[in-house]
Amino acid sequence: MRHQWYPVGIAAKLPDSPAESLLLGERVHIGRAKGGGPQVTDAKGRALPVLTRFGHVWTTLGTPERDLFTIPEADQPGRRLVDVGTVRVRCSPLRAVENFLDIAHFPFVHTDILGAEPHTEVERYEVEIREDSDEVWATKVRFFQPQAAKSAGGGITTDYMYRVPAPTCSILYKTSPPRPGEWDVITLFVQPMTEELCQVWPWMALFDDASTMTDMIHFQQMIFVQDRSILENQIPAKLPLDPGLEIPTRADMTSIAYRRWLKRHGYTYGAQLVAA
Amino acid sequence: MKLYDYILSPSCYKVRLMAAIAGVKLDLRPVDFHPGREHKTDPILALNPAGTIPILVDGALILTESSAMLTYLAALAAPGWLGDATPADRAQVEQWLAFSPRLTASCGGARLHDMLLMPGDIGALRASATRALRELEAALSARRRRGHSFLVGAIPTIADIACFPYVALAPDGGIDLGPYPSIRLWMRAIRGLPGFIEMPGIHRLHEASAEPAPEIGGTAG
Repeated sequence: MRHQWYPVGIAAKLPDSPAESLLLGERVHIGRAKGGGPQVTDAKGRALPVLTRFGHVWTTLGTPERDLFTIPEADQPGRRLVDVGTVRVRCSPLRAVENFLDIAHFPFVHTDILGAEPHTEVERYEVEIREDSDEVWATKVRFFQPQAAKSAGGGITTDYMYRVPAPTCSILYKTSPPRPGEWDVITLFVQPMTEELCQVWPWMALFDDASTMTDMIHFQQMIFVQDRSILENQIPAKLPLDPGLEIPTRADMTSIAYRRWLKRHGYTYGAQLVAA
Repeated sequence: MKLYDYILSPSCYKVRLMAAIAGVKLDLRPVDFHPGREHKTDPILALNPAGTIPILVDGALILTESSAMLTYLAALAAPGWLGDATPADRAQVEQWLAFSPRLTASCGGARLHDMLLMPGDIGALRASATRALRELEAALSARRRRGHSFLVGAIPTIADIACFPYVALAPDGGIDLGPYPSIRLWMRAIRGLPGFIEMPGIHRLHEASAEPAPEIGGTAG
């Protein structure tokens, strides 16, 4: 878990004086190096490895075996890259990712935006753990949405794909309302502060030439903060990786695969291993 | 009428909510408060030297205090919401409008600290929030014993709108509303008002909307 890359800041908005934060329960400081680039130090003042990707600064407390994942679609020309801004949540970092993977709550939590009654059914979709890339993927997800994005003029049935390339990161690909043949890319990068406290750094790469940057930021902040109070009240607070405590339904297939994948990797930070 | 607005701001929401209830259409101008801090940039400071939002602009009139905006919207389109039926009512509305900044500073300060990482002494913020919430609970409890659901008079007023959002969002700042039953009933009454609109963190009453129509082609008779 120490050997993963984690987001800790927006590259374009690094603080002038180092800001204190937590990563896996350890104190870190995020600021600028002498040359102006990002610098992250641990509690002992040791400089940690950093890299900048998807508009964010990433660091690690260990020595990652592989490079941070890539999102090739985000490099397509014509996309607008949106640094949404961080939001802190008193919940397990894994709960934040799991919520992002869920569709069934849309009509009830994001009412009249990402879903609406009576269109509550989650149709069957496909989930797999891709062995070559070691990622969780959900494909052929379809859902009726009254306002799928800032750029959507009215209700459309939206196609989704979900991807989990790292334990605390999730990417969703959804129909781009102005370009129905292309996918909008919306990510949730999660910084695990403690097992029950995290900071989310949403980032987007959208086809949208009409909305202002602020409109796009506010749309995504609105969606995420609608989830926040729900996330802070989930019981148990940690994500159960063992079956027995929660009864999943067919709509939860992505969550089941995600939990299974976490368990396979022994990623237990923010997880509960024995059913309470 | 143009509102300089932020979707996550409870003070901006007060104005959106009052406008929705009064049937006044607002032209929303989103301000990148977080992460852009646009409210501290020159064009916004030129409108409001205090560097705060909301800002309401109607022709030559520029308002920068949310309570004044509530008064203006109510006077314009929903005068019953001014709550000025008697001198005592009118004074009590003023009393609650003046009380509401305590909620902004305490509950709102705790929320900004916990959610958007703004600086603050979280212990002191929560302690002052608790004091303000206890005062509100006591007042609403006394009102309920006299058969009233809202803060002043027999009907909802701008006093309720001024106090509601920061109270409803107090849990965002780690402040539990469990100990305040009268506050919770009052919030429920506000969420059930005709014309009520939500904001992130304040959900509508799902049971207040019509039951979804049965699926066509379902079982007959």
